[in-house]
Order: sequence, then C-alpha cells, then structure tokens
Amino acid sequence: MTVAPTPIVDVRDLAVEIDGRPVLWDISFTIAPGSFFGIIGPNGAGKTTLLRVLLGLVPANAGEVRVFGRPPTELGRGAHQIGYVPQRPNFDPRFPVSVRDVVMMGRSCCLGLFRFPQRDDWKKVETSIRQVGLAGMESRRIGELSGGEQQRAFLARALCSETRLLLLDEATTGLDLPAQHELYALLQRLRRELNLTVVAVSHDLLELGAHADELICINGTTHIHGNPHTVLHSHQLREAYRCEFDFLSQEAREGALHLP
Amino acid sequence: MIELLSYGFMQRALAAGILVGVLCGVLGFFVVLKRLSFIGVGISHSAFGGIAIGVLLGIDPLVAAAVFSTGVAWAIGWLSRKGRLHEDTAIGILFSSAMALGVALISLSSDYQLDLFGYLFGNILAVSPHDLWLLGGIVAVVLTGISLLFKELLFLTFDEEVARANGLPVTPLYFLLLTALALVVVAAIRVVGLILVEALLVMPAAIGYQLAGGYRSMLAISVASAVLAAIVGLFVSYFLNIAAGATIVLVLTALFFGALRLGRHRRVTAGHPVVIGKRARAVP
Repeated sequence: MTVAPTPIVDVRDLAVEIDGRPVLWDISFTIAPGSFFGIIGPNGAGKTTLLRVLLGLVPANAGEVRVFGRPPTELGRGAHQIGYVPQRPNFDPRFPVSVRDVVMMGRSCCLGLFRFPQRDDWKKVETSIRQVGLAGMESRRIGELSGGEQQRAFLARALCSETRLLLLDEATTGLDLPAQHELYALLQRLRRELNLTVVAVSHDLLELGAHADELICINGTTHIHGNPHTVLHSHQLREAYRCEFDFLSQEAREGALHLP
Repeated sequence: MIELLSYGFMQRALAAGILVGVLCGVLGFFVVLKRLSFIGVGISHSAFGGIAIGVLLGIDPLVAAAVFSTGVAWAIGWLSRKGRLHEDTAIGILFSSAMALGVALISLSSDYQLDLFGYLFGNILAVSPHDLWLLGGIVAVVLTGISLLFKELLFLTFDEEVARANGLPVTPLYFLLLTALALVVVAAIRVVGLILVEALLVMPAAIGYQLAGGYRSMLAISVASAVLAAIVGLFVSYFLNIAAGATIVLVLTALFFGALRLGRHRRVTAGHPVVIGKRARAVP
C-alpha cells in the first residue's frame, strides 16, 4: 500500500456549539488532494456549519481542524487557495455589477488591500469566465443571467484566486435538473483540468452520490463515511434521514394514497 | 449671475454645495446598495446630540458632532453585529436617545444666539472659511479612504459572507464605512441641515441606480446629480428667496422622479427586469 498523500483537510474530533447549543460533535475525516468529497445530511444537520468551520467563519469548540496544514482561522493569505460558492445568494438582481466585476471580486484577497487590479488579474478573470463556459457574457449584468449561469459566475469567482480547494454549499439548490447535471459535469471537468479538491454540501444525496468519490453523512455527528455506494445503501443513512426516507419510501407513499 | 458669484459668501456656498454633493454622491452609492439608509437617518439625527455637547462645552459644534456621530455609528454597528438587537431596533433606540440628549442639553444652555434652525435645516449661505476647511478635510479623508478600498467595499456590499470567507477584514471595513457615513453627515449639516442630510445620501444614488447599467456609471450619475442639485438648488433658492437646503432637496426629488420614469422606460424597452427579459430574448 502506498503512503497516503498529506490531506488537504484534516478534521479530528470536531465539536461546535452555537449559542451554547451543540451543533456538531465527534466529527473526524480527512480529504485527500484531488478528491470530490460530498457532505450530506438532512436539513439542520450542521452541514453548512461544517463548511463554515472549514472556511474559518465558525470556530471549533473542541477538536482539531486543519486546512492546508493550518487552522482555518489562521490561514491568512492562504485563504486565497480556497474558493467558496455559497448557497444561491439572495442578492439584489439589479445590483449594477457585470459578470466580469463579480468574478474580479474573487481576486480581491490575492490582490491585498489598497491594490488595484492589473492586466494579469483581468486576464485571470477572463480565464475563469471561459473555464465555466460563460465566455461572451462578461459584460452582462449578473442579475440578467439565468440561475444556472449565475451559479457558474459565482463558481468563476471562486476559481479566480489561486484556488486549490473548492467548497460548495448547496450549489444546485433552485436549479432545474439539466442545470444541476451541467454544474456537476462542469465541476468534474474543472477538478481534472485544474487539479482541484472539491467539497460539496448537499441534501440531494442521489445527485451528489453520483459524482462524489467519498460521502460523509452527518446529522450532528458522523453517521456514515465511505464511498457513495456503501453510504447510500447503509442503514446508518436511513437513521440519519429517518423521517424523510420513511416519508418517501414506496410503502409510505402508497399508504398515504390509500388513506380513507 | 456673474455678479452674484463675486460675493464671498456665495463662492463659499457654491464650493460647499459641490464638495458635499461629491461626498454624498459617492457615499450614497454604498448607502443605497448596502441598504444603509436607515443607519444614515440614525446617524444624522444623533448628530444633534453632538452639536449640543459642543455648544455646552464651548467647542466647535460640528467637530463635536463628528466625534459624537461616529460614536453612535459604531454603537449601532456593534449592537446589531452582536446579534442582540435587530439593526433597525438599535438605530431606533440610539438615535432617539441621542436627539433627546441634544434637546435636554440645549435647554440647559443659556446661549440664545445659537442658530438651532441652521443646524437642523442648513444654512449654506453662512458657510465660513473655517467650515470650508473642515469640509475639505473630510472630503480628502473620506474620498481617499473609499478610493483605496473601493474593491473591498464593493465586494462587502455585494456579498458579505463570501467576502469574509475570502479573508477580507469585513468587520473593520464595515466600521470604516459607518465612520465615513458619520463624517459625511456632519459635512452636509451646514448645507442641508441634519434633518435633510438623508436626502443627499439616498436620492443621488437612487437616481444612479435607476439609470445606470454598471457600478461605475451609477457612481458617476450619483455624483453628477448631487452636484447638479446643489448648484441649481442654490441659485433657485437665491432668486426665489426660499431656504437653500430645502430647495436642493426638492431639486433632487424632481430629478429622482424624472429618473424613475426614464428608468422604467429603459427597463421596458431593454427587456428588464431580468427574468422576463431572459425569456423574451430566448424566444425571438
């Protein structure tokens, strides 16, 4: 067996409390470079909190979290190796910025305070826009794009720094099925071409399970962690998702239909 | 007209109007896009407390107002960021308290010469060379700060969460924006008075928002309309002998409704708003 490469993300015995309420506990996992790591779990399971811990936005109350070998709150300029695509943001569709302006925002952290974008930065912006397939739309106002196109613009923003790790929070929410497929296909292609590590959070297990190399199902704590096939067919997954699975199971639906 | 401009007070009034127009046009951009207009109301009204303190202590009321308003702006920011209170509740509490403090202190003061009306509604014709220097200083500091940090402030305004995740110092930047807001409010008190400052902070940028396609043009339209309103308002008020601050605000109101009409027209012809426009383009 070969020596495993140094993980990009290393979480050990993580516990997080928000306003005195435990949100996450006993969570441990590592993410190998170049993998597509899916975090699944029902609503309120703490998936977004986990992602925010990795981003350094929420501190860990116990345990150890390392991203690129350092605590995420102390990444400093290392933060520009992380690209973040949030849940579809509820932004003002008339906000007067073009796709190019939005993508340039992603470059802010590489540039540093008080510095203006140079020719190379604009080149990097154009490249990121091309990589996500929005070439020709650079000057369009962000609010004029469709949901799928907006999400790709935010992906370009996340790619525009020196990105090695891409974190996506429910990136496909609100997109129709073809747009979801397109986004996942795009992520897979970018991961190969740019050598990225992708971490995606979703409550849509099937779609994410079809694309991830590894899934972790959490509901406060880790229920199961492994390859998608094992995770999706495990009883632990059903435990974590209990309500939703019972409700969606064939019997339950038939039972509901035959109620007097 | 030319003769009018040879008067020192008129030159100073014009200079003050233009400087305040530029300042409010720029800051209003963030006020409108980041939805800080109620904070603007809060800060401007609380300046009254600072003015009263200045009068009572015998220091320049505008300098006292600058310090006091900055303090209130930070308190609003701190209270609402802590999450203990909603932002609008924090503003409601702090600005009424600051105003009450101002009224209480003024009633203690024996200075009956105080031009209270001038602070509340502006007295642009009474701008002194000293006021102009203070104003010039504020313009220099605020515009330098904003232009150096523009890309960060734009990011923060558009998407605070991602800006923070990208490692931008979001909280210091937000407090910087609040400080700039407090200083601009004080700068504009002489021109339109603290009751009407909000109009200069919101309307020029709202005009830009209606008409512009990108943020650069929004900023340009915002500054241009604020300066235009200041100049036109000043002259109209002089010839019609009505209060200058109020005239400037009324000129802005007229410009705003014109822009609203024009903006709606543009949206219909250009296929905005977004969703409808998208469909319309897809089906030729």
